[in-house]
Amino acid sequence: MDKRVTFKGWALPLLLIAPQAAISAVFFFYPAGQAVWQSLFIPDPFGLSSQFVGLENFTYLLGDPYYRAAFATTAVFSGLVTLCSMVPALFLAVMADRLVKGAGTYRTLLIWPYAVAPAVAGVLWLFMFNTRVGVVSWYLGQLGYDWNHVLNQGEAMGLVVIASSWGRISYNFLFFFAALQAVPKSVIEAAAIDGARFWRRFFTIVLPLLSPTTFFLLVVNVVYSFFETFGVIHTITGGGPQQATTILVYKVFSDGFVGQDLGSSSAQSVILLLVVGALTVLQFKFLEKRVHY
Amino acid sequence: MKRFALGILAAGTTALTPIAASAQTEIQFWHAFTGRLGELVATQVEEFNAAQDDYTVTAVYKGNYSETLNAGIAAFRAGEQPHVLMVFEVGTATMMGAEGAVRPVYQVMEESGAEFDPDAYIGAVKGYYTTTDGRMLSLPFNSSTPVLWVNRDRLEGAGIDPDTDLTTWDQVGEVLDQLAAAGEQCPLVTAWQSWIHLENLSAYHDVPFASQENGFAGADAELMLNGELQVAHIAKMGEWAKDGKFVYTGRRNEGGANFRSGDCALFTESSAGYAGIKAEAGFDFDVRPLPYWEGAGNAPQNTIIGGASLWVMEGHEAPEYEGVAEFLNYLSSTPVQAQWHQDTGYLPITIAAGEATRDAGFYDENPGTDVAVMQMTRNEPTANSKGIRLGSFDQIRGIIDEELEAVWAGDKTAQEALDSAKERGDQLLRRFERTAR
Repeated sequence: MDKRVTFKGWALPLLLIAPQAAISAVFFFYPAGQAVWQSLFIPDPFGLSSQFVGLENFTYLLGDPYYRAAFATTAVFSGLVTLCSMVPALFLAVMADRLVKGAGTYRTLLIWPYAVAPAVAGVLWLFMFNTRVGVVSWYLGQLGYDWNHVLNQGEAMGLVVIASSWGRISYNFLFFFAALQAVPKSVIEAAAIDGARFWRRFFTIVLPLLSPTTFFLLVVNVVYSFFETFGVIHTITGGGPQQATTILVYKVFSDGFVGQDLGSSSAQSVILLLVVGALTVLQFKFLEKRVHY
Repeated sequence: MKRFALGILAAGTTALTPIAASAQTEIQFWHAFTGRLGELVATQVEEFNAAQDDYTVTAVYKGNYSETLNAGIAAFRAGEQPHVLMVFEVGTATMMGAEGAVRPVYQVMEESGAEFDPDAYIGAVKGYYTTTDGRMLSLPFNSSTPVLWVNRDRLEGAGIDPDTDLTTWDQVGEVLDQLAAAGEQCPLVTAWQSWIHLENLSAYHDVPFASQENGFAGADAELMLNGELQVAHIAKMGEWAKDGKFVYTGRRNEGGANFRSGDCALFTESSAGYAGIKAEAGFDFDVRPLPYWEGAGNAPQNTIIGGASLWVMEGHEAPEYEGVAEFLNYLSSTPVQAQWHQDTGYLPITIAAGEATRDAGFYDENPGTDVAVMQMTRNEPTANSKGIRLGSFDQIRGIIDEELEAVWAGDKTAQEALDSAKERGDQLLRRFERTAR
């Protein structure tokens, strides 16, 4: 039988959720509502006049091959960022978990990059890979590889993926590390006595036990790669070369704040909102079934 | 009791002090200059504040050109706009379309009764910010034009006479061949590719960049940047890029670092690159006029400007506009402009400032600093060479950058890239036309 704790009456529960509801209303529902409303207009930049155009902003966007290409770019970018920020984080967490001596120091050092703002991280990586003075590009040059992310689309994508994932590894590490600590030692010891080696124990016992954390991080990282990577892309490539690193959120920025086309920009925010919402729902619907709490 | 009274008195005086100080009318000036240029602007403002008692100008740095424009727009929407906003030349059409948000400079000057003679400004500078019926909408502030920077040591190192003639692109091509043959890694580099190699290229050869007099005559303009001359020029540049004779470094002025460090032999960049190059270059350098294609169009016509102008925003009190007028007059006064021109390499925007600079012997001491002035003023501007006024132009430049990158990478031919740039740019122009209605 379910054990349920319920409030008597409505006043207290409403009061308790009021702060969160207020924050959601002010920082989410109001701006999101504004975006939906504005997406139906073509306004001038200064807000002096605007014309109602119905869904024209949407048909204009979906008919634009460059906008559709941004979907593909975003899919590749998000997939790579999620992968590159979660796999190394898990590996590092497992390794740090095995440490007996100096675990605290390693942990602290591994968490540091998270304190660096994305735009700053972007500048750091840009500097290291600078085609003229960059340390990494110099070494690559010594190895006979001519690094030029200014013109090479693949290299540009690689660079923004690395720069976006780097700080994120720390965040993921923190969660994986905490989750690993919660894995009962007795289960692992039993498996060890049965003769299972480390990696076998890891794949058959630890990984399934980590699934709630992995799932949570998957959702959070996909959302991160969709939105918060803006600063990295803005500082490193500005969406180029050509359109190689123009992800959806960057296009929202460039149409809205470079082109001052607020109608199109709002329409793109709405589309982006729907895409991320749908993606999250799908994740919960299909992946969560495989998660054991 | 006595102590209490003293306390009241003390509190009263501290409360009164700021009121006394704010008797001066405050004028907000938002600009996009940081570093050396920011210091120079700060000095100008300080001198203005010290020179009179009625107004205090507060200069605020609001980020790069695009960010400053956006800050101004956002502030206007919130009713917090500054009095004076610096807007780069690409944003001109956006500001002109904003009737009710900006107060034209000729009107500000007229109403305040300040002395103001639009004819004091250099024609090519004034034309950019003036309506077709001759009314000046914004005050030209910093204007520059592209020139060719030459690293003489690099030429000499490759066995080329550093005084060799680089007037035409054919001559430049030959020099690039020799530099490449001598093993130079960076024969030619550029900044602001769309501005220099398409917009100025078109004006310099007197061919249109867009219809409707480059947008001056109407918002229904279409891009014409895929004409024969432009395609031929970009095709040649693409060829140079493929052969390693032209090195692409980025969309903005990233190439400046390569040139100033002495890596590159030739550099097409704004005349305003002067301050940086002079400060950093550890080599012998030269300024030459921008090259042109012999026999193509009417070259050499005149080049056009880049830079920014000052727009006066609506929504303030009448006495404040008088202060604005006084401040703008101060900024375009001959000594201020002459000093600015000599410090930065920006053009002297008034004829008098140019003459004062010449009389002071500046051009004799710093040879080449007048190249930009001569290049801009060598001919009376035509419909194709007085400037470009297109909506969403900042973003159109972004599209042009993308398409040019496809050429430099060898993914598209010049014709394909410029056709595509026209098609995509025209879409934005049509959208802008609707907002301007």
